[in-house]
Amino acid sequence: MTDTPRPDRAQTIRPKYIGKKVERFEDPRLLTGRGRYSADIKADRMVHLAFVRSDQAHARIVSVDTSDAAEAPGVIAVYTAADLPELPELSAPSAMKDYHATVCPALARDTVRHVGEAVAVVVAQDRYLAEDAAALVMVDLEPLGATADPVAALKPDAVPLHDNVPGNKVLERSFATGDAPGEIAKAAHTVSGRFRMRRKSPLAMETRSYVAQYDTGRDQLVLHTSSNIPGIVRDELARLLHLPGNRFQVVSPDVGGSFGGKGSVYPEEIIVVMLARELERPVKFVSDRLEDLTSTSQAFDEIIEATLAFDEDGIFIALDAEVIGDIGAYSIVPWTAALEPVQVVSFLPGPYRTPHYRGRVRGVCTPKPPTGPYRGVGRPMAVFAMERLVDLAAAKLGVEPDEIRRRNLVRPEEFPFRIGSGIRWDRSGFLECLENAVAAVDVASFRKRQTEARENGKWLGLGFGTYAELTGIGSRIAVAPGMPINTGTETAAVRVDSTGAVTATFATASHGQSLETTLAQIVAEELGVRPQDVTIKQGDTSLTPHGTGTYASRSAVIGGGAAIVSTRALLKKVQAAAGVLFDVEPDTVETGDGEIFVPGTNHHITFGDLARAVYSDMKALPLEARKPLEAQEAFDPWLGTTTAATHVAEVEIDAETLEIRITRFLVAEDCGRMINPLVVDGQVHGGVVQGIGAAILEELHYDETGQLLSATLADYLIPTAAEVPTLEVNHIETELPDNPGGFRGMGEGGTIGAPAAIANAISDAVAHLGIGVEELPMTPNKLFRLIAERQEKE
Amino acid sequence: MTKIDITLTVNGEEMTGRAEPRMLASDFLREVLGLTGTHVGCEQGVCGACTIRLNGATARSCLLFAGQLEGADVTTVEGLGSPRKMHRIQEAFRRHHALQCGFCTPGFLMTVAEILETEELRTDGDIRDALSGNLCRCTGYEHIVRAVRELVNERDGVTA
Repeated sequence: MTDTPRPDRAQTIRPKYIGKKVERFEDPRLLTGRGRYSADIKADRMVHLAFVRSDQAHARIVSVDTSDAAEAPGVIAVYTAADLPELPELSAPSAMKDYHATVCPALARDTVRHVGEAVAVVVAQDRYLAEDAAALVMVDLEPLGATADPVAALKPDAVPLHDNVPGNKVLERSFATGDAPGEIAKAAHTVSGRFRMRRKSPLAMETRSYVAQYDTGRDQLVLHTSSNIPGIVRDELARLLHLPGNRFQVVSPDVGGSFGGKGSVYPEEIIVVMLARELERPVKFVSDRLEDLTSTSQAFDEIIEATLAFDEDGIFIALDAEVIGDIGAYSIVPWTAALEPVQVVSFLPGPYRTPHYRGRVRGVCTPKPPTGPYRGVGRPMAVFAMERLVDLAAAKLGVEPDEIRRRNLVRPEEFPFRIGSGIRWDRSGFLECLENAVAAVDVASFRKRQTEARENGKWLGLGFGTYAELTGIGSRIAVAPGMPINTGTETAAVRVDSTGAVTATFATASHGQSLETTLAQIVAEELGVRPQDVTIKQGDTSLTPHGTGTYASRSAVIGGGAAIVSTRALLKKVQAAAGVLFDVEPDTVETGDGEIFVPGTNHHITFGDLARAVYSDMKALPLEARKPLEAQEAFDPWLGTTTAATHVAEVEIDAETLEIRITRFLVAEDCGRMINPLVVDGQVHGGVVQGIGAAILEELHYDETGQLLSATLADYLIPTAAEVPTLEVNHIETELPDNPGGFRGMGEGGTIGAPAAIANAISDAVAHLGIGVEELPMTPNKLFRLIAERQEKE
Repeated sequence: MTKIDITLTVNGEEMTGRAEPRMLASDFLREVLGLTGTHVGCEQGVCGACTIRLNGATARSCLLFAGQLEGADVTTVEGLGSPRKMHRIQEAFRRHHALQCGFCTPGFLMTVAEILETEELRTDGDIRDALSGNLCRCTGYEHIVRAVRELVNERDGVTA
């Protein structure tokens, strides 16, 4: 034994895992077909559901004849609302003034209010037989008329959709700071526009899928659901079906994406659970793509009429906006109809200094599927409208788009900064992201290329999309005003078991976010073990007393925060036990790479050694030092963190065919400290491409009667690899936010910045024709019409 | 409807399953043979999640009837590699973080297995075109293209 003290291991060998490109622990199973999605679940005596859905937008149910279906081969039962007297209703009450909560029975009772609403359900031995029988159910509907257009639905002659929603207006909210109308009236310059983004589908590749299993003997119900909010589903269904949480478990196994579409409580989830209990058999429902496009919550359709006033130097003075949000037939549970449209007016002023602001939003019911959460909530539309106004202002003064942004963005010394709607921005790289993006694209040389290309029949355009968003929202702020639950906290439980292995349990639910890897990196670094030695458990309500799930760019900030505070509490217990074992002060005990040691001494054991001392070897430690190596702490970021980015798109439009190609896309973003750069890049890429879809491809076309005209993937187009350019992502880390990990949420930014950047790029490309983009998606057809209308005027 | 016996070779193993002839091949693989790695995303032949290799060529299993698999040689994602012994394509996907939720991934892997054999894939544009029959909503395709680029370079003996 030498007397040379060991080097200070904490300084020399303790590896850092946060910030490393750790390969994902989810991947081996997902790459080899060994994942387990809800549709993969099989059980003995399992029965299958097929729903009979309305083919009309708004109609009275005269009769539903299920007699032929009931006689069909393999059919076990057929139910309508009339057969289920205790059928629950979905409703999202709100404390918001003048809010009218809609009521949606799990199966339509007297009235259908959108194409795709479930009217009856067939239970059969397999899905084929269930669908055969569903085709035999005769539904007699008497049309009640439909006002599908959101503007028309607010007019006095519109067909009312709900008795308790006067004039179809489900909500109204206004924000005002200063005197925007007065300032606009006397301003040197103003620009205005009427902006609209059309209805879209979140379109996860996995359709909604549910399996409910009832263990009659133990009176235990388990729902496997493709949901990203298992905790909310558990709480809501427990309430509606009078089930205690200890007899009702909701599990989100592997989930194939959500993008918001699986982030609400659905009627089909209620039905499978009810029927599993009723029939005492496992019940499965897997929606097909048509059902997904007509019954999964859809993404906003909003109209913003806005005016921006500014002075001779392009300094913004006032912003005024009127917003109409089409919420569909029912307000979404639990978020309420306020979720999306109110966030539009909250975020509209964006990252700019605009002293005077007035924004009013009205939410309107139309006979279409409910709109719900969609990646970016509120901000894609707000940023699209604001960034168009910013470019219009730049054009009016003849300055470059980057210059007008530079003059108006909140500057580093001005944080925290409160915008006109009351949102508080904390320090984030507003200007830093802009400058990084500007340096990367070189605006001057682009202008040269643009001029040359125009001579060759190619219209090039460059567009910026600069934004800020709130992520990881804590309990101080409701994600929708007045909503019935608050989602601002998460809890983590971290433990070292008797083998020395580490398990960390969360109420998050990964549907592609890589949380099994990133949360393991956090726990590993804080505890001093290797990431591959940490098992993350989540997405199962039996593991945690409470928790909501993964959405709204919250899991890195709130889940990660909970991981840190819990692991630190556990580390204290590890140090305390090791301190007794080594007979040293606990503070001198350090950990790293699975080892526990005191620097400069020969005290050096593994986590397995400590676990044996604590749990199995009763002689090594006195009773009072043998406390379970386990800690559970909650984390609430109170407010939230501010994330900022600038997106830049370059487009090329063929003057002949008007084909729009995106030729370059760059993101400069500040998401704080990165946990895993591979995962951050992946989230940015995915969001941007979804934003590209919203900008140039994706639209759920509804006709004036409320019929969906794009109900297959051959009609509803999302980007393929061929429509997407190479994506460049630059990370900027300014001052870290005030939370335990220094993390900012970043899962949604792609869909927020990309539509605006592309709209500005297309507008730049066609500026010489005297037209600009006010509606997304912008397609060759719509561009053709804009050009034709302009030519008619001349 | 009467069920028939369907005998085929799947991932090198001869199997017989009993199904109605109208059953989709995708459902036959998943429900009857228990190979749930093949995913169903649209049943319209658009999304590509259900892509398998049928007698060596990629095919949309949602556009085939189970009866058409009689005597066929089928490879599904389960035939590429296992978690402990992944196929080189699977390793490249992991290294480049070319999957997030993993739902579309089996279809991409089967497509990539084919195009590496049949396509030149000189440029990233070629790779993008060759992948354009498979939809992914998570990754934005960037990391998938990078994974395939690495595989093409390896195939061609090019050092990137």
